[in-house]
Amino acid sequence: MSILSYTKALNRALVDALATDPSVCVFGEDVGAGLAGPTLGLQQRFGADRVVDTPLSEQAFTGMAIGAALSGRRPVIEFQIPSLLFLVFEQLVNQAHKFSLMTGGQAGVPLTCLVPGSGSRDGWAGQHSDHPYSLFAHAGVKTLVPATPTDAYGLLASAIRDPDPVVLFAPAAALGVREDVTWELAPVPLGSARVHRAGTDVTVVAVGHLVHDALAVAEELADEVSVEVFDPRTLYPFDWAALAASLERTGRLVVVDDSNRSCGIGAEVLATAAEEMRLIAPPRRVTRPDGAVLPFALELDRSLQPSRDQLRQAIRATVK
Amino acid sequence: MTVHQLPQLDAPAGRYRMLRLIRGFEELALALVKSGTIVGGTHPYIGQEAVAVGVCAALQPQDRITSTHRGHGHVLAKGADPRRLLAELAGRSDGLNRGRGGSMHAADLSLGILGANGIVGAGAPIAVGAAWAARQAAEDRVVVSFFGDGALNQGVLLESLNLASMWRLPVLFVCEDNGYATTLPASVAVAGSALGRAAAFGIPAADVDGMDTEAVLAAATEATARARAGQGPGFLRCRTYRFEGHHTMERRAKVNYRSAEEIDAWRTRDPLPRAAAALTPEALARTDREVAELLADAERFALASEPPDPAGALDHLYASGLRPRAGAAV
Repeated sequence: MSILSYTKALNRALVDALATDPSVCVFGEDVGAGLAGPTLGLQQRFGADRVVDTPLSEQAFTGMAIGAALSGRRPVIEFQIPSLLFLVFEQLVNQAHKFSLMTGGQAGVPLTCLVPGSGSRDGWAGQHSDHPYSLFAHAGVKTLVPATPTDAYGLLASAIRDPDPVVLFAPAAALGVREDVTWELAPVPLGSARVHRAGTDVTVVAVGHLVHDALAVAEELADEVSVEVFDPRTLYPFDWAALAASLERTGRLVVVDDSNRSCGIGAEVLATAAEEMRLIAPPRRVTRPDGAVLPFALELDRSLQPSRDQLRQAIRATVK
Repeated sequence: MTVHQLPQLDAPAGRYRMLRLIRGFEELALALVKSGTIVGGTHPYIGQEAVAVGVCAALQPQDRITSTHRGHGHVLAKGADPRRLLAELAGRSDGLNRGRGGSMHAADLSLGILGANGIVGAGAPIAVGAAWAARQAAEDRVVVSFFGDGALNQGVLLESLNLASMWRLPVLFVCEDNGYATTLPASVAVAGSALGRAAAFGIPAADVDGMDTEAVLAAATEATARARAGQGPGFLRCRTYRFEGHHTMERRAKVNYRSAEEIDAWRTRDPLPRAAAALTPEALARTDREVAELLADAERFALASEPPDPAGALDHLYASGLRPRAGAAV
């Protein structure tokens, strides 16, 4: 048995991919120094021509990764700050994502974007605290938000092997999670959800770090209500079949999602469940407010993120 | 119908033939836009042919290019089958991109054509990445990034110049300076200059008469030789002119931003008559006839090709074969 941290799991996935597939390479800022954690030690082991420190030119090095991907490489780009994805939306969505369709299937773009530290990091303020996974799910880019170290390993391993662009958000609030690992780490297929806790009254769909909050709330409320904690792991493509199966058991739904409310992934989950699945009570979602920009002061920052108290209230509202 | 053969651009006659092919292809495309066979219009390359032909004549089959919204000339000069390019413009299933890309996204990866591109400047970093991958794999491969003077004001182009120079990558940046970003004259859009931008990043640059195929070829040959020898990127500023509007819709819009005198003056520098002078009258007549037959064949091929089946509208969206949900529940 060993203790695996979330960041170490990402590092292990990168090491294993670099060691087993010579086409894998890493681009990003400060990846040689391993400043953000997941790339620590990679450049020493695999060389500066495979683990490439880039200047602060996000658009160019993301475009570069596309060119490398079209030339047989499997690049991984690390973005230290989630908001940097706004700079490269053009490259990721307008170029990489559209390339396969626009060329009639001549080539896919196997490109993985890793965002270690997505969402609020306490005190990093308005331009460093976004959690923009819903934007990529909306655009149709494969979007992953692992909650645990083993899922972080498994999803990153699968992302690197996937023939399409993938963005993996590692929530800042999950980076401290550690796990006792008694089994061999293995890839986790994209598009497969995981039920962390079985229940019979309410399904709580929790995204990323909020899985741990949902598990804590489910435990607190165990005498009152039986909560199933459903971790989609992949937001796009979403495991709708698993959600339908869960709602067959519970018939009630709460989504807890660290996105802005309007057009966030929580809205999509509620809409799909309402259209297609068994619901015996109006569903609820707990999200950031519409159009939220996280203010700096810790009290303000926290006040806009989904809280356990809001989740408790939402669960109780569905079983009233 | 003949089997498509890769163009031979190593002799002046072959280069003339390609100039003629591009010119004729673009004129045919204009007619098909007018007749409604090509929807969405095109960005005609007429007038600028010497740049595509001169640069591609300096390339090897394994070399790659990224192109622009005005890309038909680059795509043809790099060897794409005109029949399949025309079928693509017409949105047919036998098009280069199976009718999924159209004029602005024509690509043939088997020929190293990494795509025309609808976003100004977007091909530059892709070219840099392809060159990085070639260098990393110790492959003898140069990558050309074509772009216009409008891209001189795109930040991503400047970032790409920096990366290519910093890492001494085998990239040839080719600025087709036709003097206008759509309707905006470069004289009121570009502070400094194209050559100044290259110099700022330590990239050797040449100012080239983009209406002269042989001058473009000479400059491209020198730059690609340097790139192949590991001496890093090059930059050509090719002064050229488009005889047609920015886009075919301009004919309807009746915009007026260039004087008739200016257009006429540039027409006297048409690259085709200059290149034709290298051929005997008999060879010229034969070449023109062969190109006309090739284009007639391309038109027949394109028009005979079926439109794609709407049931497959989202085919190829994911290389993994993932099928997205439909837009409405059935």
